[in-house]
Amino acid sequence: MTPPSIPDLDQPRDNGDLVFTAPWESRVFGLVTAYLEATGQPWEAFRQRLIVAIAAAPAGAGYYESFTVAFEALLAADGVVSPEA
Amino acid sequence: MTAHHLHEPSATEQRVAALESLLVERGLVTTDAIDAVVATYEQDVGPMNGAVVVARAWTDPAYKQRLLTDATRAIGELGFGGAEGENMVVLENTDAVHNVVVCTLCSCYPWPVLGLPPRWYKSAAYRARAVREPRAVLAEFGTTVPDGMEVRVWDSSAELRYLVLPQRPAGTDGLDEPALAALVTRDHMIGVRR
Repeated sequence: MTPPSIPDLDQPRDNGDLVFTAPWESRVFGLVTAYLEATGQPWEAFRQRLIVAIAAAPAGAGYYESFTVAFEALLAADGVVSPEA
Repeated sequence: MTAHHLHEPSATEQRVAALESLLVERGLVTTDAIDAVVATYEQDVGPMNGAVVVARAWTDPAYKQRLLTDATRAIGELGFGGAEGENMVVLENTDAVHNVVVCTLCSCYPWPVLGLPPRWYKSAAYRARAVREPRAVLAEFGTTVPDGMEVRVWDSSAELRYLVLPQRPAGTDGLDEPALAALVTRDHMIGVRR
């Protein structure tokens, strides 16, 4: 059995870096960071939900998909959106 | 690979856009604040910061000692700190030990010195395999660790953020700090390259 390969090993990069592969990924990252700052919450408040979302994600799900799920969970916990949204 | 997904309209993308509209409408965030965060991590913060730290440690033994003793403070001396830069630990590579960093649960990473993690760092494959078979993973990065050298894998968390201090390459005695910093890459400081 071949172990799963690690994506993008050959992606061109230098000391700068391609950190987002699509604009929406940068939006959700910026959104979470700005929201935590605006509401005075530490990154840890989000991180615990990110761990849960990554663990629950279907195989092949992208990192920023899980990131979005985790943010929705945080917003639901904060009462900003309803849990099923 | 799921390349076909890249070309389909993404439900997640639409959810993100809807969340942004909602939060902006409620006055919880501003578009400017989001733009500023993105610009910071795309342009201003990245491995070039960590490279400065490494180059200083290579040229100033007293600094290196402070870095190994209290990394957060020593990194702060050079002006780097802030979100995800607390509780830093610097791991020194030696002739006997090579260090590799992973976050098995999510994507913990020292933002002020390395920026945001690359895609492979966040992948399920790297998170699982770096611990299970580090030498095989290193080989995929083109990195060979001699048989007699120990490979230590460190699992990042909110409590501890790691930065690898690579060994100074031979033949660099004449180089000044900026020239040395230019030799140091992100992958050296995660430990997937030697």
